Amino acid sequence: MVRYIGQRISIAVVTVFLILLLLFLMLELMPGTPFNDERLTDQQRDVIMEKYGLDRPILERFFKYMQLMLKGDFGISYTLNKNMPVSFMLGQRVGVTMSLGLQAVLLGLAIGMVLGIISALKHGTWLDSAMSMIAVAGVSVPSYVFALFSLYVFAFLLRWFPIRYNPSAPGLSGVLPVISLSMFTIATVARFLRSEMLEVLGSEYILLSRAKGLRESAVISRHGIRNSLIPVVTVVGPLVVNLMTGSLVVEKIFAIPGLGGLFVQAITVNDYNVVIAISFIYSVMFVLVMLAVDILYSVIDPRIRLSKGGPA
Amino acid sequence: MSSPLLEVKNLKQHFRINRRFTTKAVDGISFTVERGQTFGLVGESGSGKSTTGRSIIRLYTPTSGEIFFDGHLISGHLNAATRRLVRSNIQMVFQDPMASLNPRKTVLETVSEGLMNLHPELTAVERKVKVCRVLEQVGLSADFVNRYPHQFSGGQRQRIGLARALIMEPQLIIADEPISALDVSIQAQVVNLLKRIQKDLGITMIFIAHDLSMVRYISDRIGVMHLGHIVEIGDRNEIFAHPIHPYTISLLSAIPQPNPILEKKRRSLGYLYRQSGIDYTLGEYHKVSSTHEVLATSLEFEKWSAGDYTDTLSESHNVDSLKTESV
Amino acid sequence: MESKRVLSIRDLEISFKTTDALVRAIRGVRLDLFQGETLAIVGESGSGKSVSVKAIMGILSSNGSIDAGKILYTDPETGEEFSIVDMSQREIRSKISGQRIAMIFQDPMTSLDPTMTIGKQIMEGMRYHYQVPVQEARRKAQELLELVGIDNSAKRMKQYPNQLSGGMRQRVVIAIALACDPQILICDEPTTALDVTVQSKILELIQSIQKEKNLSVIYITHDLGVVAKVADYVAVMYAGRIIEKGSVEEVFYDPRHPYTWGLLSSIPDLNLEEEELYSIPGNPINLALPFQGDPFAPRNRYALNIDFEQEPPLFSAGGKHRVASWLMDPRSPKVERPASLERRLKEMREEIGRNE
Repeated sequence: MVRYIGQRISIAVVTVFLILLLLFLMLELMPGTPFNDERLTDQQRDVIMEKYGLDRPILERFFKYMQLMLKGDFGISYTLNKNMPVSFMLGQRVGVTMSLGLQAVLLGLAIGMVLGIISALKHGTWLDSAMSMIAVAGVSVPSYVFALFSLYVFAFLLRWFPIRYNPSAPGLSGVLPVISLSMFTIATVARFLRSEMLEVLGSEYILLSRAKGLRESAVISRHGIRNSLIPVVTVVGPLVVNLMTGSLVVEKIFAIPGLGGLFVQAITVNDYNVVIAISFIYSVMFVLVMLAVDILYSVIDPRIRLSKGGPA
Repeated sequence: MSSPLLEVKNLKQHFRINRRFTTKAVDGISFTVERGQTFGLVGESGSGKSTTGRSIIRLYTPTSGEIFFDGHLISGHLNAATRRLVRSNIQMVFQDPMASLNPRKTVLETVSEGLMNLHPELTAVERKVKVCRVLEQVGLSADFVNRYPHQFSGGQRQRIGLARALIMEPQLIIADEPISALDVSIQAQVVNLLKRIQKDLGITMIFIAHDLSMVRYISDRIGVMHLGHIVEIGDRNEIFAHPIHPYTISLLSAIPQPNPILEKKRRSLGYLYRQSGIDYTLGEYHKVSSTHEVLATSLEFEKWSAGDYTDTLSESHNVDSLKTESV
Repeated sequence: MESKRVLSIRDLEISFKTTDALVRAIRGVRLDLFQGETLAIVGESGSGKSVSVKAIMGILSSNGSIDAGKILYTDPETGEEFSIVDMSQREIRSKISGQRIAMIFQDPMTSLDPTMTIGKQIMEGMRYHYQVPVQEARRKAQELLELVGIDNSAKRMKQYPNQLSGGMRQRVVIAIALACDPQILICDEPTTALDVTVQSKILELIQSIQKEKNLSVIYITHDLGVVAKVADYVAVMYAGRIIEKGSVEEVFYDPRHPYTWGLLSSIPDLNLEEEELYSIPGNPINLALPFQGDPFAPRNRYALNIDFEQEPPLFSAGGKHRVASWLMDPRSPKVERPASLERRLKEMREEIGRNE
């Protein structure tokens, strides 16, 4: 198992390196410079380029760039907030996005699992069909549509929730954004868990545990659920990605001062450092989540943990 | 006396699992099959018998050794001609009739698939005629062509699998445990069918199984496999009347007989492989008769020919000896 | 010593509601099981052999229902009686399954939970039903592993099913079944998925445990060799009814029903040369479709006209031997067993003589 984890960590490290490389190359290949102000003369431009070290050979810049990125020094913002360190700009926002994202993941998993289990147990009944409809809706309707809809109905019309997200009082104002973000997760987890459970419940070891005299609830909780969760864990990784991308628009809708809004802004004004920094953060988050999923996988499923050693 | 249809020489099929571990599924086996004969390959799980069948039909690439089919070498790299030779002349019937038929294809589509690949010159009508003819040969009605696998019983599905193999007019059929998944009375039906088809069409067959009594019924020659080696090989009657290798003896002693009074008294003999320290790689093939050979070292061969099986066979009639190494 | 009756089944009828039709899977079964005895229920797919025992264990699938009949379980030690048909599946599972009557299934590869340790799976029943404290349960589980012939029991307790071979897994399944000291053990095709050399060891293991604990065992199987080895009594089922039953000697040495003849003849005989194996023509009947008379009649080359109109009742052939065939009726024409079968039976008798 240690070997397995070690392998996974090495892969993660290599992936981060490749991400850095890719981002750097994209940056290099993009036309134009951050300094497109026409009032600058060529001479003045050269001076500025030298100042920011933009005229040094490519390899040198790459190494310097890697060093800085990994230290968390993302340079300074060229256009949005002139000369402000990017890390400072991100600082406050990262927390907001992460916290909303985490809440959405947990909520999504919790509700998704409940729906999935109920659908599987009540398979074939109207309850199952109803859950399926919710699941299809959750998967098909984009999160920002939910966001707009819930904003309009629950915040504007019914006034149950505030319209704008308030970072200093996140409680109530965070409800709608989190729910909108989590819809896709709920739906996917529910569908996955349902089909897995149906298959697991038909297997012979479930029949044996019933023959052991266990009550149905014990059969399901002790044997059914654990075996069904394994493939759900696999799906968690990509779901987290979805959350990250979904947050871009949802943040805009609820005026949440998170990474998403900043990201979009920075792209429109070519503020390279900010764009690179946020891309990097998103990518690293994803790699870490996948690593955690892989490790979790080996913990839950003894077959994966032990398979490399061969039968005893 | 024509040359044998199939010659296998020192075939090895290894599978690399990871850096440290290679499974030697088949570790150096040799045998020949004469035209029109049935060769029974017997062994338990892990013996390598199924792997052997798959290597012959080139579902795997043999690790080393040679396979000659009708005089042509088919174990190395296959060029277009030899590949065609293999695909049209060697066919396989699989074990699980539920799993080996595509549930989304009709009987017509499944059975004619091989024809479509290797004889594209045939029209759809010509193919259908062939399919109906082969279905009749296996005892199914031509009306079944448009049905799906789930509409048939296990025995019928196995017949469809056989039809799929026969339509290619192969010279060699490899039947990999074709009856294990079937009910007892259906097993008899399918085995009778195989025997009849073989006689009528002159097909050579390799019958892979773990059920010794069926193997004896259908085979002319038998090879007994254990852990990737053929430990004993010979004409059917010889193997059953004079088994020499302790594994063969233990297999034979394990065959249940529907004779209650005797069966209750009978105790199977356990093959103490690990305890005995037998190493198959050290053995050679010793002749028991012109058609019967055993894999053994000279010392082992002497002992076993004299009936001395101490340390290799046990009497399993109390719990202690029921505790075996790997089982 | 009087042998006590532990299980009594009378006129049992079970049906299943499928999307197409109502399938009457069990159409009147009568069986008895006594303490210390072994009963084998023989049949092929569709005979209903597994269904009756699932009803006893309370694990009938949700679309199945017991329509009529009685299943009475009597605890041989306390004399307590349980009328299983009157109990809900939940009740059966809380009082009977796993505790007084235990079951093992066919495929050891799929009978064990792949994500739970062996030890935990053996201990589960004890802890659940009897609240046995963990330490004691662990000790008992280890003892059970030793009893079923698994070495290194302490190490094995912590292992997972995928680390064991097929034969060992089946031993674990037996250990699980024995965990709560049941009085009846039901084995549903326990050796079909195992290698031949392992099969006899597992059967011998069950036999020795049976003797030690005076258990009653029911085997469900289609393998007549297994029946010959372990059974005291046999019941042959076809299309949801018992068509022949009796002591194993009565049924094997003096079979009277054409289906039984067919089954016995389908096995290749190691001692005789045969040109062609006798096989029962046709396929097992589809019980979802209506039929008249004896469901075996279409495949029965000895069928009489009446077989197509009325299903035969059970006739007595002496002793405990009962046969559901019109051929047993004194009014029907005399029919001889097929010659090849007769030869076989003769050969079997001679072989017994040779082995005395």
